[in-house]
Amino acid sequence: MRLSLTSRFSAISALLPALLVMLVVYIGATSWTVWMSLTNSRMLPNNNFVGLRQYETLLGNDRWITSVHNIVIYGVLFVSFALLIGFLLAVAIDQRVRAEDTIRSIFLYPYSMSFVVTGLVWQWLLNPTLGIQHVLRSWGFENATFDWIVRPETAIYCLVIAGVWQASGLVMAIMLAGLRGVDEEIWKAARVDGLPKWRVYMSIIIPMMGASFATAAVLLSTGVVRLYDLSVSMTNGGPGIASEVPAKFVMDHLFERANIGLATAAATTMLITVIAVVAPYLYWRARKGEMR
Amino acid sequence: MKRALFASVAVIATAWVSVPVSAEEMKAEVIHWWTSGGEAAAVKVFADQFTKAGGTWIDSAVAGAANARNAAISRTVAGNPPTAMQLNTGKQFDELVEGDLLADVDAVAAEGNWNGVMPAAFVAAATRNGKMFAVPINIHGQNWLWYNKSVLVSVGAAEPKTWDDAFAVLDKLKADGKVIPLAFSGQKVWERNLFSAVLIGVGGGPMWVGIMGKRDAALAQSAEFKAVALAYKKLKAYVDAGAPGRNWNDATNLVIQGKAGMQIMGDWAKGEFVAAGKVPEKDYGCTVLSNHGGGYMMGGDVFVFPKTKDASTTKAQVTLARLMLKPETQIQFSLKKGSIPVRSDVDASQLDACAQKGMQYVSNTAQQLPSADMLAPPALIGALEDAISQYWNTNMGADEFSAKVAGVLKAQY
Repeated sequence: MRLSLTSRFSAISALLPALLVMLVVYIGATSWTVWMSLTNSRMLPNNNFVGLRQYETLLGNDRWITSVHNIVIYGVLFVSFALLIGFLLAVAIDQRVRAEDTIRSIFLYPYSMSFVVTGLVWQWLLNPTLGIQHVLRSWGFENATFDWIVRPETAIYCLVIAGVWQASGLVMAIMLAGLRGVDEEIWKAARVDGLPKWRVYMSIIIPMMGASFATAAVLLSTGVVRLYDLSVSMTNGGPGIASEVPAKFVMDHLFERANIGLATAAATTMLITVIAVVAPYLYWRARKGEMR
Repeated sequence: MKRALFASVAVIATAWVSVPVSAEEMKAEVIHWWTSGGEAAAVKVFADQFTKAGGTWIDSAVAGAANARNAAISRTVAGNPPTAMQLNTGKQFDELVEGDLLADVDAVAAEGNWNGVMPAAFVAAATRNGKMFAVPINIHGQNWLWYNKSVLVSVGAAEPKTWDDAFAVLDKLKADGKVIPLAFSGQKVWERNLFSAVLIGVGGGPMWVGIMGKRDAALAQSAEFKAVALAYKKLKAYVDAGAPGRNWNDATNLVIQGKAGMQIMGDWAKGEFVAAGKVPEKDYGCTVLSNHGGGYMMGGDVFVFPKTKDASTTKAQVTLARLMLKPETQIQFSLKKGSIPVRSDVDASQLDACAQKGMQYVSNTAQQLPSADMLAPPALIGALEDAISQYWNTNMGADEFSAKVAGVLKAQY
């Protein structure tokens, strides 16, 4: 199919603004960030080239190392638990329960809250002198202890709890759509064969819902990389540097600490990591497309 | 709705029309981060004085110090600067001076004899290449001890003077078991502030300047520094489990309500006591702990003025610089802000008992110690803050900590 010159022209001119935005905002800003990471810029950007010195500093920085550890822990636990709980909630609702609409709204409700609000609420709930531990002790359980948020070894898991609480509802909605898409005939056939319900889910339904799982996992993963506000509002990276995350490292060094060089080095490292994870997947997809 | 729309169009239109202002008309757009009740009242003192002098004050308050600084600095770099902007006394405007973006205030300073009435450290902090580029407007003491008098009386303790006294009082409070001995807000910046107070009080002024100002890595590995580190860590035994993440004003309120004995905090904490209707030296006490006869950690705020070619803006800048340091402005401002005047020649009798104590500390040059902001760039302070916070919150030993601090001091920040 060949397009006439005029319609090709109008297609290009329609795409031009988007193309410009893409070039200037994404490519331009990214290249500038990478260049800044090779300079010794502090509060104001400058062009004094220092090679990879900022990266050396970065890799020797305890807080950066902790941030990277934390994002891995958070990413794995957050995505798996959100998928698991979201799926179980969807299955529970799919059993034709009464007041389904109400229950669905309640489960989805946390997702309508920002991470800042989520973080504050959970900060209070988990605080040992105000929240759950305090309530349990006032009920007479003198030895009840739930002080994860004030202990450096466990603070990051508190972020996972709050994150999962917030995101599970969204996963539930996606999964529920997937479950509703399953043909009734399959259920009837399984019933005829006398398969127990859990077997049907494990062996038939879940494999059929690959697309729902992929959508949910991609949505959750983008939330992992840019994790910032939850850490700020819940623990502010503390106790100590125990719940610091990479995006917060970048923001703090960019603004409060007037260290553009180190901040952009961290941002560039984040970008390279994401590319390293995403590129093989894109390559695999492209190959699969070719083979078809 | 229609009327509002019309009004905003009219405002925009007038703004366009009035670009070529007459040289007589003074307008000052001032960016600052004073948004809380007491702070806003304090900055209004400047605004009222400027209005009285015939100018129009355009208030651009931005919540959050870092946000306000970023907004003002980006605009200055982009060529659309405000008339004046607030910064902390210290190194925050180094690069603005290097980039030739600031107007100096040398003439106003000479005319008002600022050299003669301001602590030398503040003159130095405002001076670059022999010229003054900033107007220091106040002094905040950052290492005060605030304590609840009746709580201390209840365990038979008097006001501590040294850190050794303070540990004795804390032990008594802990043994008594009714209150939290030390009210603490476990956020990085306050963990560092407490460490600074211990470093000055236990280690002494020369060690403070050696570490923060001279970046003496060998000093950071000395036995004396390790003793400071141990004293700091010892304080953790007097803090409650709810401290991590707490806000400083919540910690102050624990002292006010008698749920905690004492707190180390800057003099902005006084605002909380005042708001709760407490009287200094009657309900609560204030002092600066020191094992070596003193050391008052002084920080504060400055205003700087971006360079401009517009004569009326320059006039507004000079007027602002002049009126901010007038003795009566200084007193009025300090009353609202909780800080003390940057001028030593003002009548202190109107100030409260704690502010008068502060004036006494500052009047003695041996007591004057510059704050961290005045000695080190933000990047270095931030790296030290991370090290201190790690030390406070983990079971890191004093040796490892001092090695870490030495490493930070040697790195290029």
